[in-house]
Amino acid sequence: MSEELTAAGGRTDRPDGIRVDLQLIANMIDPGSRVLDVGCGDGSLLYHLVNRKAVDGRGLEIGQDGVNACLRQGLSVVQGDADTDLKDYPTGSFDYVVLSQTLQATHRPAQVLRELVRIGRYAIVSFPNFAHWRCRWHLVRRGRMPVTENLPLPWHATPNIHFCTITDFLETCAEQGISVERHHALNDQGRIGGIRGTGFLANLLGAQGVFMLAKGD
Amino acid sequence: MASIEKPEARAYPQASGYEHRPVAMLGDPTPLILDCGTTLGPFRTAYQTYGSLNRDKSNAILACHALSGDQYLAGTNPVTGRAGWWDDLVGPGRLLDTDRYFVICPNVLGGCMGTLGPADIDPATGKSYALNFPVITIADMVRAQVLLLDHLGIDQVFCVLGGSMGGMQVLEWAAKFPERVFSAVPIAAAAHHTAQNIAFHEVGRQAIMADRDWCGGDYAAHDKHPRHGLAVARMAAHITYLSEAAFHRKFGRMLQDSNGVTYGFEAEFQVESYLRHQGSAFVDRFDANSYLYITRAMDYFDLAADYEGSLVAAFAGTPVRFCLISFTSDWLFPTPESRAIVHALNSNAANVSFVEIDTDTGHDSFLLDEPEFRAILAGFLNGAAKHRGLI
Repeated sequence: MSEELTAAGGRTDRPDGIRVDLQLIANMIDPGSRVLDVGCGDGSLLYHLVNRKAVDGRGLEIGQDGVNACLRQGLSVVQGDADTDLKDYPTGSFDYVVLSQTLQATHRPAQVLRELVRIGRYAIVSFPNFAHWRCRWHLVRRGRMPVTENLPLPWHATPNIHFCTITDFLETCAEQGISVERHHALNDQGRIGGIRGTGFLANLLGAQGVFMLAKGD
Repeated sequence: MASIEKPEARAYPQASGYEHRPVAMLGDPTPLILDCGTTLGPFRTAYQTYGSLNRDKSNAILACHALSGDQYLAGTNPVTGRAGWWDDLVGPGRLLDTDRYFVICPNVLGGCMGTLGPADIDPATGKSYALNFPVITIADMVRAQVLLLDHLGIDQVFCVLGGSMGGMQVLEWAAKFPERVFSAVPIAAAAHHTAQNIAFHEVGRQAIMADRDWCGGDYAAHDKHPRHGLAVARMAAHITYLSEAAFHRKFGRMLQDSNGVTYGFEAEFQVESYLRHQGSAFVDRFDANSYLYITRAMDYFDLAADYEGSLVAAFAGTPVRFCLISFTSDWLFPTPESRAIVHALNSNAANVSFVEIDTDTGHDSFLLDEPEFRAILAGFLNGAAKHRGLI
């Protein structure tokens, strides 16, 4: 399984076993910590974290196929819904709560973000940036909803119901009293392209944003 | 409360007339105190084992059987002559790998396959206990299993697993004896028996008690067995173990006789014939009073009730690794029942996995060859075995 599509459409390209954007998230996580991966998909990140970084890892995944794949690998994953099931987890019960390429598919993203920073000391959130220049190009020149390598599905078939831009996301975090601890903007290849994670250029050139969040004071 | 006097340490002939081996005499010298207040001991528990216990006694798997199950997990059941209920899962290299694990399966307290039950002779009267047998609970069954593990010298089982009533025992184990359980797999289970399930059980019990041959429970003294009542109980229950889709797929409206209907009340539809067969096969191997007592135990099961109504409290700080599995077409122990347990475990930030398997084979799916279910069970056991240092 060297190539597959995620909800955000990011291509699986695993020099080290996992997608480069997942590797970036993995790098943000301390070995041996407690991690909850919300929307863990087939468990690629979780498997990596459990086996390479000895984390005490758990997953939450809505899709049957993803859950089955995780459980077959021996990962601790619950079939459930980020919109409804996060409220059960105790406050501060994990060091990191990861939400990778899932935020835009939730019904109540702001509430989900609040839950993430409640449950985890830190939340790590990645999402496709709808203000990336390719998306803008689709809308401005062609008058069409963007269909790009990162967002491969047409509007009627995409699970993504709450697209946002990096600028929108940062504004929402501020409104929700969530502080941004670290920020990265990734290019089309899912790599850090030498730009800051915030600001005009990030919003224009970042295909996706990766943010480490915490509950504000 | 009356206490049951010490029976002689011998295997009493059971309803089936078969002498089950091995047996352990438990509750001696300290008797078992049942939920109803009666003390029991010494009492006999029949069990089967597969594989061998490792040196540090860390590789034991306790398999808990369902209402109509027994300790014959694998191999040939000597009473029915048929394969054990998880026969194809147990053996070298199989899911319950006997090269790696020591699998224990006891017959439950109140059962009729060698463990003390209502069909046994009450030494005080020289007659079957019948309805003088104390009412038992799921917790009592588990307490008896704890004594069996003590008897076998096992402090902690690597895994306790089971489906349906077996799943209730798993939940009871994990909640009440968390330090003795490394991992737990409740399958198609619930933390309490629902009103609908109690209702189905009551239909079964009434069918038994309405049978004239039941003799107020004293059928053994009259050399009778309420065959019709027990068969009807089994037929009604069996419907709940399948699903509408499974019935349709297996039987549809197909007739036994291709010549068409006969305008009578013989088993004309194949589904009728199937249910009658299920009923009559069951009475050959099961004791009617055992059926009353075990269904009652399931009805009484309400794990949260022991924790002031809080299922979250039942699993407070649990160190146990859980894997819950439910089946989409199970309408007896439907997925929301499992999900409620998952929510309680998540509230404790417990190590829990949960999946609902998509299948049309109903509640009994855990007994059938459901590849996805088995792949997931294997994945969980392997993962847990790595953490336990068994692989």
